[in-house]
Amino acid sequence: MNPMEKRFLDELRTVVGARGLISSPEELHTYECDGLTNFRVMPLAVLLPSDTQQVQAIVRVCHRERIPFVARGSGTGLSGGALPVENGVVISLARMNRILEVDLPNARVVVEPGVINLDVTGRVQPHEYFYAPDPSSQSVCSIGGNVAENSGGAHCLKYGFTTTHVLGLEIVLPDGSLVHLGGKSLDMPGYDLMGVFVGSEGTLGIATKVTLRIVKRPECIRTLLAAFPGTNEAGAAVSDIIAAGMLPAAIEMMDNLAIQAAEAAVHPNYPDCGGLLLVELDGPVAEVEALMRDVDEICRKNGAWEVRLAQTDAERMLVWKGRKAAFAAMGRISPNYIVQDGVIPRTALPQVMSEIARLSEETGLRVANVFHAGDGNLHPLVLYDRRIAGQEQAAESLSYRILELCLAAGGSITGEHGVGEEKKRMMSKMFSEPDLDTMQRVRCAFDPLHLSNPTKVFPTPRLCGEKPGEYVAHPLETAGIAERY
Amino acid sequence: MLKTSSFEENLRAVAPENLRAATAGDAVCGVLPQFVAEPNDEQQLAAALSLANEAGIAVIPRGGATKLDWGNPPKKADLILSTARLNRIVEHAWADLTVTVEAGCTLKSLQKTLAQHGQRLAFDGLWPERATIGGVLATNDSGALRLRFGALRDLIIGVTIALPDGTLASSGGKVVKNVAGYDLPKLVTGAFGTLGVITRAVFRLHPLPRAAKTFSFTAENFPAMQQHILAIQDSQLAHTALQIRCASGELPAADILFEATDAGLAAQESQLRKLLGSARVEQTSETIWNARQDLWNSPTKTTLLAKISLLPTDIARTLNSLKALGDSRKINWRIVVQATGIGMLRLEGEPASLSLATEQLRTELQSRGGTLAVLRRPPELVSIDAWGNAGDGVSLMHAVKHQLDPKNTLNAGRFVGGI
Repeated sequence: MNPMEKRFLDELRTVVGARGLISSPEELHTYECDGLTNFRVMPLAVLLPSDTQQVQAIVRVCHRERIPFVARGSGTGLSGGALPVENGVVISLARMNRILEVDLPNARVVVEPGVINLDVTGRVQPHEYFYAPDPSSQSVCSIGGNVAENSGGAHCLKYGFTTTHVLGLEIVLPDGSLVHLGGKSLDMPGYDLMGVFVGSEGTLGIATKVTLRIVKRPECIRTLLAAFPGTNEAGAAVSDIIAAGMLPAAIEMMDNLAIQAAEAAVHPNYPDCGGLLLVELDGPVAEVEALMRDVDEICRKNGAWEVRLAQTDAERMLVWKGRKAAFAAMGRISPNYIVQDGVIPRTALPQVMSEIARLSEETGLRVANVFHAGDGNLHPLVLYDRRIAGQEQAAESLSYRILELCLAAGGSITGEHGVGEEKKRMMSKMFSEPDLDTMQRVRCAFDPLHLSNPTKVFPTPRLCGEKPGEYVAHPLETAGIAERY
Repeated sequence: MLKTSSFEENLRAVAPENLRAATAGDAVCGVLPQFVAEPNDEQQLAAALSLANEAGIAVIPRGGATKLDWGNPPKKADLILSTARLNRIVEHAWADLTVTVEAGCTLKSLQKTLAQHGQRLAFDGLWPERATIGGVLATNDSGALRLRFGALRDLIIGVTIALPDGTLASSGGKVVKNVAGYDLPKLVTGAFGTLGVITRAVFRLHPLPRAAKTFSFTAENFPAMQQHILAIQDSQLAHTALQIRCASGELPAADILFEATDAGLAAQESQLRKLLGSARVEQTSETIWNARQDLWNSPTKTTLLAKISLLPTDIARTLNSLKALGDSRKINWRIVVQATGIGMLRLEGEPASLSLATEQLRTELQSRGGTLAVLRRPPELVSIDAWGNAGDGVSLMHAVKHQLDPKNTLNAGRFVGGI
């Protein structure tokens, strides 16, 4: 460590105390990656503030010293959004984990960013409320991370994404100042900067307080499993359900390889079939029962050879357990795997599926498929063995080719995992130069010095409004991250 | 000094047939512009905007002009940039429940096309025959369906905007679920055309309901009405909309909309009756959902209209304040508040009283985390700030404005904090 770094860390230690600063290489290893483990960078230090003032103080020091910082929640992100930046610090919000206010009559909850997603529901469940966004990692991921990534989950088909459920934010801007966007009431005057911040992947500042909307638990929830010969038949059933004017709470699909993995891991007792559909309806009993009969009929008409309605809450939980464990379950059938996250218009499913099968055959790599079928969000899991020379690279390349298929079908490179480090080079395939430049102009308003998670999301950072005068290389230029244009 | 003559020549070169001199009917809050341009497509619109920006010409984007007087009067208005000819429905991907539509398409014409496939944009805006997609987005109009389907910010999934420097930029996409890049559709929704001109938008759609029923009920007083509203919101009823109507000297009334299957509707009705106990619940016509728009009928020189936002638990308190203000300042009032906490308020009275009452109500709402935005006011009250306090985020808003419209070409002075 050089003397400047030492001085910098000493100053930060006075802010967060000895227990709030990690700088020993052994301990720093925990933070060198997030859920995307094939990218690793060792941070200079990790800071664990316990309140907003500490976050502000840390960011002010970083701003003065031009040290980049990366905010981190639970580190479960799958696109490398919380990957540290070289010579930068990580600011972990894990200790800011208090639920500050529960306002049931107005259906609002105010939390700190380190609160775990499922704990919000846990707190309001006795009153028959829940927090709707439910990423598969909801038992460990944090609300702050959800805000950064605009996390989705199986039930966002009906209930919307994190951005639908965030009503207010307290944010520490990259210069250390504090702003409040949105609030407990709707439509606060001014630009919807809260809407811009949610999903900005930590590049616009750090959320230190989040006002959430909670939802009343529906009168009943019914979950149906239908076994089809293949994903095309299951996909056709999904289209018919939507065309019949229904908006299920969730429609999930798994292919045979995904079913095998889930079965091996958590034994959800899924039928062994080529395409499994899981349809959940919720709402008033009379309504749900009437519509469930239609769903049953639509599934059978499209070739389902087994249709099963979960009879008890325990059965329903088991059905979901299999689905939510699907990613991790791949470990049962393959030493390594890449989780991909693409979106297609639902109607393109058969064509994209057959292309994925063709690519899989061509590369000799197995691909398991788990989808949020209602909204066209695919999670292809590319299976490989790192010990076999060249396979990891081939798997990465296959996963990018799948994203290109999604784009060619009019879709997106990410539905809920974010761009992060992993997909920033795909951004210029999805957006034109002026599109990306416009987004970066907005970024310049929040973070003109590019200190907040500077290397993520955009393929080439844009420099912000340099003042005329003698040319001085921007720190990003000297680091080889940015170029002038 | 405006370089209007060379600007006019240049603009004619871009869109020769679509430029005319402005007339009295084109005035914006009493400010008369010089020209009206109606570009044929988004490229032409972007080119015209860029020419104006270079020449220092102040631009007012305009759709159906139904809400053009919302916000503060413009500091300058030289050119009306109309989206009237950008009115195509580009693609209704009905099987994917999405639509791509140009900004100048009217809400009614869009809904008519979507209905052919049993779908709708789940949004009930004001004056749908004339209001355009660009206009409802820019003004963040918000109706009764918001309770169930969210605001326009929750329905828009992609946008293309023309920036003052002539850039045409898109963000979002054509799929419902998409987190690639910043969510600029949300940034321009409710930005009152101060950052760029919306040229097209992509929306997620919803199926038209199989059947629908509206019921109404009244309450003896404000606290009783609030109790009913909170009880409904805390119940497991799956209502689509819920609004409270009230006016000077009247008992508060409420309307609730159910959209479901026939079996579902019957069950909901009986649950509603049970929940409301002794209150008389009557089925009513769906025209009651025009109550918000009816507040705008025949405004006079003593009419002020405002949008308010409050927490559902503050409904009774706010109605009490209105009653007290009405009595003490001789103001007639009428209000429609959705269960989301968004309301539309009409006040009638002497301008001086209106001004004081508005300020007092705004202060009170703001003290409880709410807001009041003046949408329409008597000419004497032109100096009232339309927006009120925008909080500590206002410098950041200025910074965003500066990045996208550094020369302050678009709707100068109309938005919060002098933007």
